[in-house]
Amino acid sequence: MKFLKFLVVGIFFGIVLTKSEAVSWYRIYEMFQFQSFHMYGIIGSAVAVGIIGVWLIKKSKLKNTEGQPIVLPPKDRSISRYLIGGTIFGLGWALAGACPGPMYILVGTGVLSMLLVIAGAVLGTFFYGLIKDRLPH
Amino acid sequence: MDYILQPWPWYVSGPLIALVMLALIYFGKTFGMSGNLRTLCTMGGADRFAPFFKFDWKSEIWNLTVVLGAVIGGFIAVFYLSDGSVIDLNPKTVEKLGTLGFEDAGGSLLPPELFDWANVLTPKGLLILLGGGFLVGFGTRYAGGCTSGHAITGLSNLQWPSLVAVIGFFIGGLIMNHFLYPLIFGA
Repeated sequence: MKFLKFLVVGIFFGIVLTKSEAVSWYRIYEMFQFQSFHMYGIIGSAVAVGIIGVWLIKKSKLKNTEGQPIVLPPKDRSISRYLIGGTIFGLGWALAGACPGPMYILVGTGVLSMLLVIAGAVLGTFFYGLIKDRLPH
Repeated sequence: MDYILQPWPWYVSGPLIALVMLALIYFGKTFGMSGNLRTLCTMGGADRFAPFFKFDWKSEIWNLTVVLGAVIGGFIAVFYLSDGSVIDLNPKTVEKLGTLGFEDAGGSLLPPELFDWANVLTPKGLLILLGGGFLVGFGTRYAGGCTSGHAITGLSNLQWPSLVAVIGFFIGGLIMNHFLYPLIFGA
């Protein structure tokens, strides 16, 4: 059962995102209207704790459960792909009110029409794979 | 128990999300939910159409397992860990949404105006959900990550490309929210 720990992490993630209301379309709308601190607080405190955690992991030279040194994959040196890709993502995030994690979680909350958003996201990913080499990166 | 059944405040939820990311790092993986979309493409045979999808999808089963867990987690949270509280939105947000035709904002997690089948199964409703998903799927792969990979993992690792991506997320989100919503939903 080497996948059990991932199942547990996923369940925990699903519960936290639902209970925090970060999966709510309304919360995303409110965030982009700058009318509540809620979402900024969630992302901000996650990053604050994350920065400390990642720093501690690097400093302590902790090994992962596979016995390997922990390295976080570096990101490409580019501005265009992050800015253009990010902007396209943002348009969809605000329209559907869900980013990839919440899409899956919301299916679990019983909103089966979210499967259409997931289908759209799979199609979008497929289309990106098709035209990838023709885009500025 | 009441504290668990009520909505969780940001200062509890945010650190718990960081914990999810740190646990995955400790398990030798990285937190990134959008990568699963590419895996689904490959499983569906997309590797025959583009080299981008040529990889051993079995190496990503761990991440699909996280997704399965997330679905179960959403189910548990709504059906066993909720007291049915409405979402405590800013009254100004509720009022603004009212002018766009969204009634009872915050009464449920998602607006029935967009997600109830009666509204989904209209040309406009279908286009919004499929189109919104398409933009998310295309944009996240182009940008190399989504909220989990860039906003949480990348920023926690102080990677500047992730900051550029997050700025992009907000440029797109603000354009949609402030300029395109009135065109899509107004009048």
